[in-house]
Amino acid sequence: MLQLFKSETFVLLLIFGSYLAGQWLFKKVRFPLLHPLIIAIAIVMGYIKLVGMPIPEFMDKSELVNYMLGPSVVALGYLLYKQIDYLKGNVYSILTSVFIGSIVGIISVIALAKLTGADKVLIASLEPKSVTTPIALAVSQQAGGITPITAAAVVFCGILGSILGPYILKLLGIKSSIAKGLAMGASSHAVGTAKAIEMGVIEGAISGLAIGLMGVMTALLIPIFNHFL
Amino acid sequence: MRMIRGIFYILLFYFIGECISHLTYGFIPGSIIGMILLFLFLRYKKIKEEDVEGVANAFTKNMAVFFIPAGAALLGASDMLSKFWLSIIIVCTFSSLLVISAVALVQEKMEKPTKKAKS
Repeated sequence: MLQLFKSETFVLLLIFGSYLAGQWLFKKVRFPLLHPLIIAIAIVMGYIKLVGMPIPEFMDKSELVNYMLGPSVVALGYLLYKQIDYLKGNVYSILTSVFIGSIVGIISVIALAKLTGADKVLIASLEPKSVTTPIALAVSQQAGGITPITAAAVVFCGILGSILGPYILKLLGIKSSIAKGLAMGASSHAVGTAKAIEMGVIEGAISGLAIGLMGVMTALLIPIFNHFL
Repeated sequence: MRMIRGIFYILLFYFIGECISHLTYGFIPGSIIGMILLFLFLRYKKIKEEDVEGVANAFTKNMAVFFIPAGAALLGASDMLSKFWLSIIIVCTFSSLLVISAVALVQEKMEKPTKKAKS
């Protein structure tokens, strides 16, 4: 009987169920730290501990969901295509600001990591922290990073940006909707975009665009920076 | 039928992306090359928007779910995370704040002249 609760079907059921539970709880309490993803991960972690499933076995049984990360990055190409209208007249400024944001992100990670005494592996794990998860994991893996650390950093940056982002934008006196959306998406990917959608329609769409741009630019820039590291 | 076509296109571009990635020594992840290819094929009307619309929306709107396995597998790295947690928090916090500020300020400053020139 216990075997049934360790089956692939149950693991998948649990993954989707825990996310539904996370969304439900998040809607109930509206506390930003209780992001559905965090709740879902906590539930699944609790399950792994409870049944004493080894991590490789869990990875094996949840591979179907994990695999979807790849195709979902490809699917971002569609979002990029849909949001192309917002680019008109602003192509140059959008590309420049995300490009600078990407460089600032990578250089600040390298500098801060060295200050805190981190090694090359940790730097490679943290460099793609502002990028959407599937891209971040792919980039980290490619650069010899530890993907679980990258995953932790990505979630952390997402939540941090969605909580602090609006205050910083206010503090800096940012008026442009495009600037707000870009900053949220570039620093905090999908989690920041969820917040940007609350800020406005343009903010939300542009934030979605920023996820893609930041992802591509950072993925292209990291190998170059690592080459000279 | 449409759904099958959508899945076919996304997997096709993913696969071509993986091939290009492999040929270029994995410099860029295949999924990202696939994303650029999908964008270009849509942009230049080589494939119909309606064919990928449904599947692409299903994928992108629920991306967070696909992340749960990798997130839960963090358990296996709890040793590493407990060793590096301070570095991770310091680096991510300050770097994120810098990225938000840099992107917002550059866009805000650059946007104004463009708007005036256009209108």
